[in-house]
Amino acid sequence: MVEPANTVGIPVNHMPQLKDELDIVIPTIRNLDFLEMWRPFLQPYHLIIVQDGDPSKTIAVPEGFDYELYNRNDINRILGPKASCISFKDSACRCFGYMVSKKKYIFTIDDDCFVAKDPSGKAVNALEQHIKNLLCPSSPFFFNTLYDPYREGADFVRGYPFSLREGVSTAVSHGLWLNIPDYDAPTQLVKPKERNTRYVDAVMTIPKGTLFPMCGMNLAFDRELIGPAMYFGLMGDGQPIGRYDDMWAGWCIKVICDHLSLGVKTGLPYIYHSKASNPFVNLKKEYKGIFWQEEIIPFFQNVKLSKEAVTVQQCYIELSKMVKEKLSSLDPYFDKLADAMVTWIEAWDELNPPATAATAKA
Amino acid sequence: MSSAEINKNEVDIVIGALNADLTQFLTSWKSFFSGFHLIVVKDPELKEELNIPEGFDVDVYSKTDMEKVVGASNATMFSGYSCRYFGYLVSKKKYIVSIDDDCVPAKDPKGFLVDAVTQHVINLENPATPLFFNTLYDPYCEGADFVRGYPFSLRSGVPCAASCGLWLNLADLDAPTQALKTEQRNTAYVDAVMTVPAKAMLPISGINIAFNRELVGPALVPALRIAGEGKVRWETLEDVWCGMCLKHISDHLGYGVKTGLPYVWRNERGDAVESLRKKWEGMKLMEKSVPFFESLKLPETALKVEDCVIELAKAVREQLGSDDPAFTQAADAMVKWIQLWNSVNSSG
Repeated sequence: MVEPANTVGIPVNHMPQLKDELDIVIPTIRNLDFLEMWRPFLQPYHLIIVQDGDPSKTIAVPEGFDYELYNRNDINRILGPKASCISFKDSACRCFGYMVSKKKYIFTIDDDCFVAKDPSGKAVNALEQHIKNLLCPSSPFFFNTLYDPYREGADFVRGYPFSLREGVSTAVSHGLWLNIPDYDAPTQLVKPKERNTRYVDAVMTIPKGTLFPMCGMNLAFDRELIGPAMYFGLMGDGQPIGRYDDMWAGWCIKVICDHLSLGVKTGLPYIYHSKASNPFVNLKKEYKGIFWQEEIIPFFQNVKLSKEAVTVQQCYIELSKMVKEKLSSLDPYFDKLADAMVTWIEAWDELNPPATAATAKA
Repeated sequence: MSSAEINKNEVDIVIGALNADLTQFLTSWKSFFSGFHLIVVKDPELKEELNIPEGFDVDVYSKTDMEKVVGASNATMFSGYSCRYFGYLVSKKKYIVSIDDDCVPAKDPKGFLVDAVTQHVINLENPATPLFFNTLYDPYCEGADFVRGYPFSLRSGVPCAASCGLWLNLADLDAPTQALKTEQRNTAYVDAVMTVPAKAMLPISGINIAFNRELVGPALVPALRIAGEGKVRWETLEDVWCGMCLKHISDHLGYGVKTGLPYVWRNERGDAVESLRKKWEGMKLMEKSVPFFESLKLPETALKVEDCVIELAKAVREQLGSDDPAFTQAADAMVKWIQLWNSVNSSG
C-alpha cells in the first residue's frame, strides 16, 4: 500500500522557479481543500480555477492563494458564441484556463491529486520536477536507454549520435500517479483493488512518431510552444462521449510536436491519486470512445501535416480539416468536433492577439 | 513468473571471454547460472588458456573450434567482443542470454541480488507493445496494466525479439563522455521494463542482452568493425550496429524490443581517456548510419529474418558503401553471416 506525503511543517518554497511565468490551472466542481496539502509547493504561484457545473455554487479557496476563478457564466461572457467549444459538466473545461492565461507555462492538476512520497519517504514537489522537465531539452529522434540524458547522474549512452545530443525544446511534461492508476472503465471493473505502488525513477522523451495516452491529471506544458493545440475537445453534457478529453488533446499535440520538432516527456513527477471514480459511470462515458479509438488511432498515426503549417494554429486548423474529412463518417460527432477545433483556435487568437500569439520554432 | 517457472532447457547463456580468468565472473553468477547450459566462446586473439571453475554445465569454444565450423578465413569475423556471436551461431536453444565478462549481479534497492537471467527470459516470454506507448510501462507485470486510452486491439501485444538490460556502476557511456565525467557512476535503479516504440531507433548495448534466437537469431549480425577496434567496449561499435539492424528488422516483421530491467553491475576495465587517444571512428559511422536507417524501407516481400538481413546488406552496400569502407565490409559480413547461419543450422 502506498500513502500520500504528509506536508505539514514543510516551509513554503522560498525560491519558486518561474513564479511569474507559470499559471496553475485547476478544474473543480467540489472544493479545493486539496490545495492545503500542496501549500508548500504551490502557494507562490498564481492559480486559474475553472469552475465546472452549477455557477451559483461558491468554491472555497484556501487562504493565501492568489487566484482568478471562472465559472460557466464567465466563460459565456468572455467567449460569447465561441463558448460552445468549451465543454460543460466535464473537467475538459479546464482548457479555458489555458486560453485565458497570460503566462508562458501551465501546470494542470486534478483536485483529487495529493502530494506523493518518493521511495525515501520525501514529499515530491511535482511542480518543481515538471519545471525541470520543461526547461531542459527532449530527445525524440533517438531513444536513450538511460532515459533522460540531461538529468543529474545520467548521460547519453555509447552509440548515441553526437549530432542529436543537443536535443529539441520540450513542449509537454506528462507526470504519473501512485495509488489509483489511470485505468479505463473495463480495467477498473476487472481490477478494482489494483493500486500503482511502483515508483519508476525516470523521465523520458516519447519518440517521434509514437502516440501515447496523455492524462490531464498531472500535466505541464509550455503554452507558448504548444498551447493552441491543448484543446480538450467536446465532452460531458450534451456530448456522446466523456473521459477522452485529455486523450484527444494528447494525440493532437503529439502529431503537432512531431511535425514541429518539439519534445514530449513522460515519467516523473508522481502525484498521489486519491479518488477512484465510479467505473460504471465511467463505462457509460467511455463506451463510444473504446470503439472509436480503434479508428482514431490509425487516423493520427497516418496524419501528415503540410510543410506550410509552421505555427501551432496552422497545424491545428489543418488537423481539424482532416478530422472533418476522415472521421465524420465514423460519427457526426467528429464533424462537430472539427468545427469546435476551429472555434477554439479563433477564440485563442482573439484572447491572445498576434503580438503574444503562440508561434513554434520551425 | 519466478525462476522456478521458466524452462531452463530453452536457454543458452553465451559468454564471450575476453579475459582468460573467468573464475570471479562465473563464481559471482553461480546461483543464477545454475541449471542452465553455458556456451563460453574464447576471443580467438586471446593467447592464454581459459580458467573456468568447476560446477558449470559449459561448452567452451576456442579458435580451433571456430575454424572447424566456419573455416579459417571466416573465424576472423568472431574476434574480440564479436566472439560471442559464434556462440549464437552454434546454440540450439530458443533463448540466448549474453553478459559481458566484466559484469557481476547487481543489487536492487531492497538489497537483493538481481537474477538477470530470469528477468531477461520473463521479458522475452511476455509480449511487447511497440505500436502504442503505455505510460505505466510494462502492462503485463504484476501491479500494472494498460492505461486509459490504450487501444484494446493492441493489448495482446506482439512477440518480443530482444531484451536489452542496463548497468549500474559503470554505465555503457562512450569514451568522450566517460573521460569528461571520470567519477560518474550510474546509481539510478529504474524499476521498469518497457517496449521501445516501433520506428524509434536506439543504441543497443551488447553488454547485457538477451534475444529469442528462434525468432530473430540471424538478425544479430557481427558486422561492423571500426578501424582499430579494441578489447574494451569504448573501442567498439559492433553491438550498436547489430542493434540498429535488429531493431529495424524487428519493426519490419512486427516484433518488439524491450529495454530496462534487468540491471547488472559493471566493473572498471580500461581507461576512457586512453581509448580517446585512438582516432574514434565510431562517431562518424554512427552519424552516417542514422539517416540511413531512418529512411530505410525493407521490401514487403522480405518476410524471413534471413531475407531481411540480405536486403539490409544490399541497401548498406548501395547507400553507405561509398561513404566508408567499413560499411562495405559490414555488408559483406552480413551476407557471409547468413550463409554461415544457414549452413550451420541446416546440418543440425
